[in-house]
Amino acid sequence: MELKFILESLLFSAQKPMSVKELRDVLASAATAEDADEAAKPFKKTKDDDVTAALEELAREHETAARSYRLACVAGAWQFVTQPEFSPWLKALVGVKTRPSRLSQAALETLAIIAYRQPVTRAEVEQVRGVNVDGTMQTILERGLVEQSGRAEVVGRPALYSTTPLFLEYFGLRGLEDLPAADELRRIPVEHPPAPVTADAGLATVPPEQLQLDETAKAKSEESAVPDPAETQT
Amino acid sequence: MPEYKVQFEVFEGPLDLLLYLIKKEEVDIYAVNLTKLATQFIEYIDLMRQFDLEVAGEFLVMASTLMYIKSRELLPVDQQVVVEAEDEGEDPRWELIRQLVEYKKFKDAAAQLQTLEARQENIYPRRPGKIEFENTDAPAKLEAGIFDLLNAVNSVLKRFSEKTAGTREIYEDKWSVSEKIEFVLQTLSERGSVKFSELFATAANRSEVICTFLALLELIRLKQLACVQPEPFAEIEISRATLAVPAGEPESAVAESATAIVEPAAPASEAAPQAEPEKPQ
Repeated sequence: MELKFILESLLFSAQKPMSVKELRDVLASAATAEDADEAAKPFKKTKDDDVTAALEELAREHETAARSYRLACVAGAWQFVTQPEFSPWLKALVGVKTRPSRLSQAALETLAIIAYRQPVTRAEVEQVRGVNVDGTMQTILERGLVEQSGRAEVVGRPALYSTTPLFLEYFGLRGLEDLPAADELRRIPVEHPPAPVTADAGLATVPPEQLQLDETAKAKSEESAVPDPAETQT
Repeated sequence: MPEYKVQFEVFEGPLDLLLYLIKKEEVDIYAVNLTKLATQFIEYIDLMRQFDLEVAGEFLVMASTLMYIKSRELLPVDQQVVVEAEDEGEDPRWELIRQLVEYKKFKDAAAQLQTLEARQENIYPRRPGKIEFENTDAPAKLEAGIFDLLNAVNSVLKRFSEKTAGTREIYEDKWSVSEKIEFVLQTLSERGSVKFSELFATAANRSEVICTFLALLELIRLKQLACVQPEPFAEIEISRATLAVPAGEPESAVAESATAIVEPAAPASEAAPQAEPEKPQ
């Protein structure tokens, strides 16, 4: 019997999403039962990696078969789920899912920063967003999407925040490594642009002796008197 | 008075507003003209004031940073050096651009999370029903007979006689069998099944034990309870009789068939009055 098909049958009948460890435990208990079937015995000491590999292969097979459902891994647990495009009919069948209201833009931004940078202090989040995040932090803490995970070893020992397994479940993510563009966002390299374009080119770089006094005054008055950017450029 | 046609978007903060302004200019963040941006930013804040919108402190901080950058731009490079040495060495322009780039990436990430959030709403997990097997484990358990019950109650009583050896108490009969029937049924409805000795755990003396035991026997006689021993010589477990369910089914089946008989009859009686007026026609 192939391992992946055994796992498929287990996930098909399981009451809840199953983690690799839970699946392995089922394999072990089937093999060590008093009246264990001969076919079950070889799987007594199946390794986690083998289970994961078999599940991934199974998931790929389901993906290529392009069925209305697929094998998904959310927060480390595997289960069969339907494809999103079939929701109109599923809504009619089982009713609209009871999900809390959608998150606000502010909450999503705050969550994104915590997710990629965790563990992170509130001050660091505010640094990135440029605004106070007390309210949004309160919301996402209350919804159990983030939690306090420790204290930073800096002055004042501020609280550190991390995302919870519920966060992964809410967004249907397998794990934190599954976050979109994870590598890039975890530590954004500080890129020094070769030459930031700022003022009208040449204005700041002209040596003072070459600047005519009246011209400088004229440039300044233009800047302040005519705020319209289009006119400033001309 | 210039006519402003402004669609007010809700900005999450000064960085969000700056990104919006940069996007409007259709330039790369690295290539943006910060002095121009400063002008637009301050114009926008003025606009917010005109509309009596509360300008958050963060916007004012950003405005001052932009003004600082702009003011520096007006000075030639060799005159800036002194100021920069005193500073933390970081060019405020670069610092601002870095902040903008970083914020932009997280804003994009938030948008992706939002997509995932919406997608997840439409994904339904498979929820198989709990597989129930028809009492497959029932034969494994032995049904306790009357002698098993008597033995069990004897051992409970023995404990009482040991406890009260040498003393005599005079007491009134406080317990009735019907009270105890209620007690047993209530315990079972709360806990599902109960061990024999647990039923007597709260009993204060022999007569209470006997009352409870009589209640138990009565309920067994009425086929309300099932007494099983998980294995020989194990303690007796008491639960609600599963027999009560099949006993109930024929009743409901009868009720259903009764309504089934009534229902076809109703249209018939309705049809009859309709048919009658037709006859004269």
